[in-house]
Amino acid sequence: MTAFLTGAPGVLRGHPRSGVREPVLFTLLLTALTATVFLGFVSVAPNRLLSGRPVPLWVAAGTGYCGALAAIVGPLVPLCFAPPRQRWAVLTVGLAASWLVATLAALGAAAQALAAGAGPAARVSAGAAFWIMAGCSAFALADGLRRLRAGPVAAAAVALVLGGAIGALAARGTFATLSVVQEYSSRQALFAAALTRHIALVAGAVGLGLVIGLPLGLGASRRPRLQGPLFALLNLLQTVPSIALFGLLIWPLAALARAAPRLAAWGIGGIGPAPAVIALVLYALLPIVRNTVAGLSGVDPAVVDAARGVGLTRAQIFRRVELPLSLPILIAGLRIVIVQTIGLAVVAALIGAGGLGTFVFEGLGQDALDLVLLGALPAIALALAADLGLRAMAALLPQRADR
Amino acid sequence: MIELDHITKRYDGRAVVDDLSLSVAEGEFCILLGPSGCGKSTMLRIINRLVVADAGTVRIAGEETTALRPEILRRRIGYAIQSTGLFPHWTVADNVATVPRLLKWPPKRVAARVDELLELLRLEPRLYRNKYQHQLSGGEKQRVGVARALAADPELLLMDEPFGAVDPVTRDALQAELLRIHRATRKTIIFVTHDVDEALRLASSIAIMDKGRVVQHAAPLELLQRPATGFVADFVGRQGLGLKLLAVRRVAERARDDETAPGQPVPLEASLRDALSAMTERGTDRLPVADAAGRRVGVIALADLVR
Repeated sequence: MTAFLTGAPGVLRGHPRSGVREPVLFTLLLTALTATVFLGFVSVAPNRLLSGRPVPLWVAAGTGYCGALAAIVGPLVPLCFAPPRQRWAVLTVGLAASWLVATLAALGAAAQALAAGAGPAARVSAGAAFWIMAGCSAFALADGLRRLRAGPVAAAAVALVLGGAIGALAARGTFATLSVVQEYSSRQALFAAALTRHIALVAGAVGLGLVIGLPLGLGASRRPRLQGPLFALLNLLQTVPSIALFGLLIWPLAALARAAPRLAAWGIGGIGPAPAVIALVLYALLPIVRNTVAGLSGVDPAVVDAARGVGLTRAQIFRRVELPLSLPILIAGLRIVIVQTIGLAVVAALIGAGGLGTFVFEGLGQDALDLVLLGALPAIALALAADLGLRAMAALLPQRADR
Repeated sequence: MIELDHITKRYDGRAVVDDLSLSVAEGEFCILLGPSGCGKSTMLRIINRLVVADAGTVRIAGEETTALRPEILRRRIGYAIQSTGLFPHWTVADNVATVPRLLKWPPKRVAARVDELLELLRLEPRLYRNKYQHQLSGGEKQRVGVARALAADPELLLMDEPFGAVDPVTRDALQAELLRIHRATRKTIIFVTHDVDEALRLASSIAIMDKGRVVQHAAPLELLQRPATGFVADFVGRQGLGLKLLAVRRVAERARDDETAPGQPVPLEASLRDALSAMTERGTDRLPVADAAGRRVGVIALADLVR
């Protein structure tokens, strides 16, 4: 500890020559170490409803994993003091990624070891120290990638490798005795259905949002006078809390379904996926319209004038000039919308829309944290994957500066 | 070739183009010259229907422009503007190929035409074909803009202050290039500018515009010698009138073909102003004259300039 602290003044003064060169990494290591010392790495409970007893890392994971973790994290300490070189950043990225995987492996091993010694109903779940350590390793990885000035494509590649490594651990059954996995095992079919439903909700809402929002944005960029009232309305919608909006839609849709039974036969009603998709579409419209308008009005008017002047038709100008030139901003908008909708769709479970939110609310009702995680973790993973994937896609578009 | 017949365009009740009539002969290099806001750009944009006139007709080769769909009309008319309007996401070759592709020329013919035009504008095809706009200088962008305007071999070329945003040296080179292209292709060009010297250098006829009307349409020399109104005289400038007169006359008009002189010859196509400049620079009152092939064909003397 004292060895770390001698470097601390360097953090404060940002001293260029000596002391801590990488304050972010240093802080993360310190946080992880403190958490490991004072908090439980896993928590063991007699059954899934009782709260657990924290078990520290060195008791839970055994010397093998502790040694492996120390061997990975140890070299990161001198890297906090290393000069800013490319190779040290590469090493940081490699070590941070290994740290994340090793933390997960240690969690799995700890769960197996502790479950073997406890009763059949006993549950082992991740403890505070695990979450903090996993978070710190992920941040260290992100920080290393930032220092490398790695683009979204490289980040996506690293994420794929990480995903592969974690998948390989899962395939070996490393996590099988973990409580959240046991919740999964007892609900495999339900989980698959919920995940599919979640993705369908997001795809449907984003798809409909695009179908409505792109023409709205196009119209608003052609007629700037429309922009004021349109954005006022969309901003208003955005400020309505999601639960309130879901609730507000119940009454008119229920009335609609009563008035038109044929619509009810299609699944339109006060509760269920239909009102959820409608609410999600309403939330999706603002970012879609805003980015469409921003993208299209960002196209140099002289370019559009020239396109008209040499004889492109309206449709050709849109397809060949305006659309490709505004695509980066449109994709940025799509990214925001997808990530936002994945999160909001969790709440949609409240009005019977299904999806991953089902587990979250069921878990909250039963006070079963692992069930909440079974809904929340895949939603987070989906959002991260969508964000990274679309970033990489945008970066892979041919880069052509405007000037 | 082009007849503008009683054209009027109003914005908010104010006539920007006011009952304007003008006729431009085939092969002419006609310059619409006038102060900012005189309606010259609007008039140009009425010709290819980027702006719809409130009254009047435009005929090209006897045919009213409203007989065609605007896009079809525009593909027959070259169009180059000050800000070039090059498509930033397309290569130079794609930009030049825009109209030929719209006209569905076979790819081989398009590629051959692109190279031909890049060579005409002195942009080595091998070096420039695959470049993007942001890799070009201001002058190179304008060259590509002109090449794009010429690509489908239009009968008419509209240019809206195409050299307004480039530096004087580049502008001078581009003007020389455009004159050369005009002589080689005999295209009808309608060119908008507010720069009197540019107009005098390039034009075969100048239409001076004021408040939406053509005040005088005449050859540059006549405009200088017999301005129709005080506005024309003021606009082309009373100051330095003699130098402007020299600028619109060619060495060929005054050269003596039976004499010779030593030194670097001036070309027959050069203006008398250039000849005077060369004499002043070299401290002589006689210069040899050469034709386009470089053969010495005579002499021009200081006395010939003021004759």
